[in-house]
Amino acid sequence: MATSIIFLPLLGFLFCFLIGKQFNYKVYQISTTSILFLCTLFSWIIFIQFINNKETEIIFILNWITSGNFIVNWSIRLDTLTAVMFIVVTTVSACVHLYSIGYMEEDPSKIRFMGYLSLFTFFMLVLVSSNNLLQMFFGWEGVGLASYLLIGFWHHKESANKAAIKAFVVNRVGDFGYAIGIAGIFYIFGTISFDSIFSQVDRFSDHQIQFLSFSFPTLDFLCFLLFIGAMGKSAQLGLHTWLPDAMEGPTPVSALIHAATMVTAGVFLVARMSPLYEFATFTNLFITFIGAATAIFAASIALTQNDIKRVIAYSTCSQLGYMFFAAGVGAYNASIFHLTTHAFFKALLFLSAGSVIHAMHHEQDMRKMGGLFKKIPFTASMMWIGSLAIIGFPYLSGYYSKESILENAFYASNGIAYFAYLVGILTALLTAFYSWRLLFLTFHGENRSNNKTYDHAHESPLVMTAPLFILAIGSIFSGIFFADYFIGYYKKEFWDNAILLTESSHKYLPLTQSLISKSAVAVGILVCVLIYSNNLNRAKNLSYNLDPLYSLSKNKWYVDELYHKVFVLTFFKLANFFWKRGDEKTIDGLGPNGVSWIISKSSSYVSLFQSGYLFHYAFAMLGGLVIILTWFLYY
Amino acid sequence: MIDWPLVSVIIFLPLIGALIILFIKEDELTSINIKWAALLTTLGTFILSLILWLQFDYSNPSYQYEEIFRWFDDFNFFYHVGVDGISLFMILLSTFLTPLCILASWNNIKKRVKEYMLSFLFLETVMIGMFASIDILLFYIFFEAVLIPMYLIIGIWGGNRRIYASFKFFLYTLLGSVLMLIAIIVMYRNTSSMSIEFLQGNYFSYNTQLFLWLAFFASFAVKIPMWPFHTWLPDAHVEAPTAGSVILAGVLLKMGGYGFIRFSLGMLPEATEFFIPLIMTLSIVAIVYTSLVALAQTDIKKLIAYSSVAHMGIVTIGIFLVNQQGLEGAMMQMISHGLVSAALFLCVGVIYDRMHTREIEFYGGLVQRMPLYATVFMIFMLGSVGLPGTSGFVGEFLVIVGAFKFSSYVVIGAAFGIILSAVYMLYLYKRIIFGTITNNKLADILDINTREKIILIPLAISVILLGIFPNLFLDPMRLSLELIITNYEIANAK
Repeated sequence: MATSIIFLPLLGFLFCFLIGKQFNYKVYQISTTSILFLCTLFSWIIFIQFINNKETEIIFILNWITSGNFIVNWSIRLDTLTAVMFIVVTTVSACVHLYSIGYMEEDPSKIRFMGYLSLFTFFMLVLVSSNNLLQMFFGWEGVGLASYLLIGFWHHKESANKAAIKAFVVNRVGDFGYAIGIAGIFYIFGTISFDSIFSQVDRFSDHQIQFLSFSFPTLDFLCFLLFIGAMGKSAQLGLHTWLPDAMEGPTPVSALIHAATMVTAGVFLVARMSPLYEFATFTNLFITFIGAATAIFAASIALTQNDIKRVIAYSTCSQLGYMFFAAGVGAYNASIFHLTTHAFFKALLFLSAGSVIHAMHHEQDMRKMGGLFKKIPFTASMMWIGSLAIIGFPYLSGYYSKESILENAFYASNGIAYFAYLVGILTALLTAFYSWRLLFLTFHGENRSNNKTYDHAHESPLVMTAPLFILAIGSIFSGIFFADYFIGYYKKEFWDNAILLTESSHKYLPLTQSLISKSAVAVGILVCVLIYSNNLNRAKNLSYNLDPLYSLSKNKWYVDELYHKVFVLTFFKLANFFWKRGDEKTIDGLGPNGVSWIISKSSSYVSLFQSGYLFHYAFAMLGGLVIILTWFLYY
Repeated sequence: MIDWPLVSVIIFLPLIGALIILFIKEDELTSINIKWAALLTTLGTFILSLILWLQFDYSNPSYQYEEIFRWFDDFNFFYHVGVDGISLFMILLSTFLTPLCILASWNNIKKRVKEYMLSFLFLETVMIGMFASIDILLFYIFFEAVLIPMYLIIGIWGGNRRIYASFKFFLYTLLGSVLMLIAIIVMYRNTSSMSIEFLQGNYFSYNTQLFLWLAFFASFAVKIPMWPFHTWLPDAHVEAPTAGSVILAGVLLKMGGYGFIRFSLGMLPEATEFFIPLIMTLSIVAIVYTSLVALAQTDIKKLIAYSSVAHMGIVTIGIFLVNQQGLEGAMMQMISHGLVSAALFLCVGVIYDRMHTREIEFYGGLVQRMPLYATVFMIFMLGSVGLPGTSGFVGEFLVIVGAFKFSSYVVIGAAFGIILSAVYMLYLYKRIIFGTITNNKLADILDINTREKIILIPLAISVILLGIFPNLFLDPMRLSLELIITNYEIANAK
């Protein structure tokens, strides 16, 4: 069953790719979508088996690479972590497939789109079900490819093409770390399959490794390299710049790839390798710090963005930061829990945003929306549910997972974890603010679009609203349903060593702390209500008064500009320098062109001797005679 | 096993085809017959070479299908050919690419079709002969003979600056050849043997090894090419006709890598040990430097040529790691590059045939008119980028794995190629394929036709096949490479 979950989407892709255009486009839409619903069904069956304590299972498929003692197999690892990721990926993917039928109605390349979505799902499933690091890398790069293809799906748009390249290249920077990490793990452990690595971890806890003439603690070093990969894929601070630009892709893509599944692959990697990370003290502090910094950094940008999708994109970035600092303090289960709930409510937010954009004829600027609640009440309510879930409204899904993360950070008892905890509370405030701002600007207040667009705004068809409904159910109930298994009473039986569980008892925050975190959210909402409730004048005045801060946030802290100056321009300058000065002037100049120049020059000098004047030759003969005679006289 | 001289038949079948073509009179009507004769000959050669692979004994590290007879009575010079795990795929690569080259030249070669086909058939014979030689002098004869048809192909059917390009090509290669001939004479005077099989060991004094190593290095470093001996390659590629580029990138560059494995590693182990730091430095410079230069190119073929130099940097690193992963990685990278870069040049040829320019700026938005072309181009681009699941990944990654045992600086250098290759290839792809068509001349450009499909689709399939089932290729070469490594280690342990 697990095998069919993985390969059915591939079949769907091949069907679209190899025999596209044979049938009506509806055939492809229906077949890929129903394949995904079938996969979802299977995934939930497997998940329920794991709730009932099914054993970890490894399905061998084929030997992939054998080179000396470097042996890698294609295989499927079926454990609790895989099962959790299966339900997340297939459920969201099925919803997105269904939704796309409606959303892409007017697009001429519907078949290609469905094919790419299925291809992405295949790679993502390979990633989460891999039993070794290299097969995971296959999935890892595969989802990167699918993401590249889908961001640049509208390939006539220059901005989309640029964003696609940016996403791929920034991810590659992360992969640079990941690839070296895999090689390093093989060098140290002599294997790259998970169980064999984990069984040897103890032996290397005090081991040192030499790298670039420095000495590092081995496990810290390897975990750090893998984490660079995770930073790229999960858009953490420094390598985050691609994610907002990735919003150039169609909105269903943003929901599936850039919110719910692919970007969480980094978190998944850390959780999967948790027995290794447990020994990487320094790297864990680093992860905690980066996670916390990303959380607040991205949230601070989300405050002022006007593009509805960009707000949600930065929000994703910020929530990924939460997941990472949870992992950094050793709460891998809380991290995966937040990953799961986040998948539901973030996919819901994105798809609702898509529904808004669909209603507004591809308008994404929130300044040109407003008052849409009356026109599209269903979408608006779904957006409300998603927003409530993300800010952690009690008993919705986000509440459980975010609380759990804060608890773990609070009790982790190290300085950086406490910093992360404080940042977590502050970010919760900002999250509440920007979520409310989004709701206000889009659905409430007066209409700011032109009247024609507003009048034509209409609720989306059933194929688009049904997925919203499914995801809304998930956003509301996934917390309350899963909490006991993921972080609560049954967690030990449930996880069954699929990830590392650090502390045994579940602790709640002290009452004061709990109140502080909840009031932070309330403050965020309150401030937002004060600023945005009537019209935009107050917001405009405020942005004017807080100018340096406002510009910093509005311009994304100028990171893109900085990278452009420091990396892109330098690279192109270097490239031209090497080409013109290095290759053409130096190598060719001294090499073939130089040699031929010397030869032709010297031959032209030599040819001067052939003057044709008899007295020249006579003189030369005389000179020669003198030299020869002198030589004979001496010897 | 087969009891007829299979290897010789494979070597000389193209030459027989050439003889037949020689007797076909060339005019408007019969030039098609010449093409068909050439195509059928090369296809036949390819099918025969597949038998080599199918009947290959994986458990035998040394030469198989050996044929030997003495050529001179008072001189140990033999016609001695055979195939082992290392040469097997080099031969297959040559026989696979040549028919595709003939097909690629079907319409775009209009003048002197007969001579052109003769050149290609002769080229195939000498390429296969070179990889199959077990005698050094025989190897040398074939190795040098490759120059003749290649020189003609660039010089006669090339572009505008073809004279400069072929002159540069010749000048560089000549330097190496002369030194190599001297080295071969020295070897014979020391051992009275010219058998590659026999010389795989450690027969020369340390100082002699150093000299011999440098002499061979001069030849192979130019061929592969290593930085800073690479500048002939972009010019040769740009001026060569499509099929010429395909053979140049697909097979001729591999002669360098093949030579390094056979001669430097196999025969001069102690000198190799001494020169490894030099090779590693040059290779890393090559990867970073040429990748950046590739980024700045405005001519599609030049860009791919520079990317070839970077990819060959990975190959030389892999070879001189002298461990299982490194060598197998280098071999895989050579095979992969042989397919991918050949395919990329064929892709360039497709649009060059239609538009007669290779300027990147001229193109843009091709996907709007040529979706199928965009798809196959995408597959080859990903192969070049080294995406897991394509052929490019396996080699590159094995080299990185092997390099970790050797030096962390080399790991960083090799892995840096991962980032840069993505940058220049995706940037190229974006500029040619994506976007909207702004150039009016492209408005009616046609997607690939059946002939072009027949050329490109087998290549695309093999790129993916190599990525998913690399063991098909790794298994046969394993023992032969192990033998080289064992000899090397024994020699240096002393």
